[in-house]
Amino acid sequence: MSHKGKAHKYGGNIDTDAIIAARYLNMHDPAELAAHCMEDIDPDFLSRVKPGDVIVAEANFGCGSSREHAPVAIKASGISCVIGKSFARIFFRNAINTGLPLLECAEAVDSIKQGDIVEVDLATGTITNLSSGQTFRSKPYPGFMMEIISSGGLVEYTRKKLPGAK
Amino acid sequence: MTLTEKILAAHSGRERVSPGDFLSVRCDLVLSNDITAPIAIREFERLGIPRVFDPAKIVMVPDHFCPNKDIQSATQAKMMREFARRQGLVYFEVGEMGIEHVILPEKGLALPGQVIVGADSHTCTYGALGAFATGMGSTDIAVAMATGEVWMRVPDTIKFVYHGRPGKWSGGKDLILHTIGDIGVDGALYSAMEFQGEAIDSLSMDGRFTMANMAIEAGGKAGLFRVDSTTRRYLKGRTNVKYRVYEADADAEYSRVIEYDASRIEPQIAFPHLPSNTQPVSKAGHVPIDQAVIGSCTNGRLEDLRLAARVLKGRKVDPHLRCIILPGSQQVYLDGLKEGLIEIFIKAGAAVSTPTCGPCLGGHMGVLAAGERCISTTNRNFIGRMGHVKSEVYLANPAVAAASAVLGRIAGPWEME
Repeated sequence: MSHKGKAHKYGGNIDTDAIIAARYLNMHDPAELAAHCMEDIDPDFLSRVKPGDVIVAEANFGCGSSREHAPVAIKASGISCVIGKSFARIFFRNAINTGLPLLECAEAVDSIKQGDIVEVDLATGTITNLSSGQTFRSKPYPGFMMEIISSGGLVEYTRKKLPGAK
Repeated sequence: MTLTEKILAAHSGRERVSPGDFLSVRCDLVLSNDITAPIAIREFERLGIPRVFDPAKIVMVPDHFCPNKDIQSATQAKMMREFARRQGLVYFEVGEMGIEHVILPEKGLALPGQVIVGADSHTCTYGALGAFATGMGSTDIAVAMATGEVWMRVPDTIKFVYHGRPGKWSGGKDLILHTIGDIGVDGALYSAMEFQGEAIDSLSMDGRFTMANMAIEAGGKAGLFRVDSTTRRYLKGRTNVKYRVYEADADAEYSRVIEYDASRIEPQIAFPHLPSNTQPVSKAGHVPIDQAVIGSCTNGRLEDLRLAARVLKGRKVDPHLRCIILPGSQQVYLDGLKEGLIEIFIKAGAAVSTPTCGPCLGGHMGVLAAGERCISTTNRNFIGRMGHVKSEVYLANPAVAAASAVLGRIAGPWEME
């Protein structure tokens, strides 16, 4: 599966309070959460994002709280994947579990500029910066995690394995 | 094997595990709260399983936006309450409720040697008891509620050794803030942190909870302590369950060993907007404040209230600021009442609240306006964490927060001696 879109660049240590502020955690509907995604650090985010766009971030993206609302809000905003130098541990799990693809690739992050057009092939982990013509390969997922991703998330993966599940 | 590896091996039916191994791990306790449970319940229902794997091992605590702060929070709390009752889960209603990470140890639910997973990043708090405890998201918790298991990658372990003894006004909060300041907010990313040394041996249980609690602020997967006489004394009378104590092997392999001289770690302040942005209080300079918050899963236990009371006794908080004190549980509140601490707080002009996470995450009971500064004993000072995006949070220990409340600026308690 491949996606093409504009890059939205962020710095290091983008925390989950920045991705979706706690004052919106009294809701859990994806569309309602998306309406406030990145609001405190990038108020124009939602008006700029088009379906297929990608977030490109420095190290430790998604640090802080365990709120799954963060990857859910990003995904519902239309962002197709996040390319980062590294991801905070709980955010990483949450993204995999809820079907927001993450690609770890420091060289791609260094190369991609705000507004560049980026194409991502999730099956091979290939990242192409169409604006500069450069191509990168992200760190591959362990096979077991690939299974969760290709199932469409942890619930779907678990349903396949659980005898009692309907 | 390290303490972490020992516990994970025992919970996955293996003789040995090594960093990087993927395991399906059996859980002894599965936790969620009024913010994370609604998504966990929705995902649990999507699994199509009628009952949770073991209702006695699943705990739900309405602590974040409860007592309900608005209609939407009330709706989420209601959804959780009804699910908990229908499934017969362990549930603490408002009135009995405290902050999850304060009451689970207090009620003898969190025990040494357990694997505890929670849809709350500060689930790592229970590492203070020698458990492997880690935060996850709601979907992970949904699957854990259904199957009793979660997938995990065995983390490498970093050993932190604290030599010597901390000074009079330094405690667990200062040791952990100093450590985060040293290694950074991703300094222990994906790793388990194990805390040892003379300063740890002499540290109280409450101080250990504070340190384990903030392992996540260094990116850690867990923060663990050895079980010793302090742990056993704490557990006495809280549980009849026979718990298993694990010890790291003498030849355990650590990815790194980091050592500190605790006697040189002064009380710390984490400046906005990262917990790693630390300075000793003595070098903080003149920082006037508008609010002081004392409480939370980090510093809302009895020892924390005693420290604050020692500073506030016979004094008044600066009339230009609000001082809000939140005991972490009804038991802490009651003990504080019996010891006369609550009276000291009220006479000093502080507001005392029923237990809640409330202001720590800008929920309620002390949200900040634009331009306001708060000194807080909580765990995060991210942009907008306690309210307006243009407000600021400074993290500190309870004695420093109390002294700052009296003097109206960031201050050490020694300035009033």
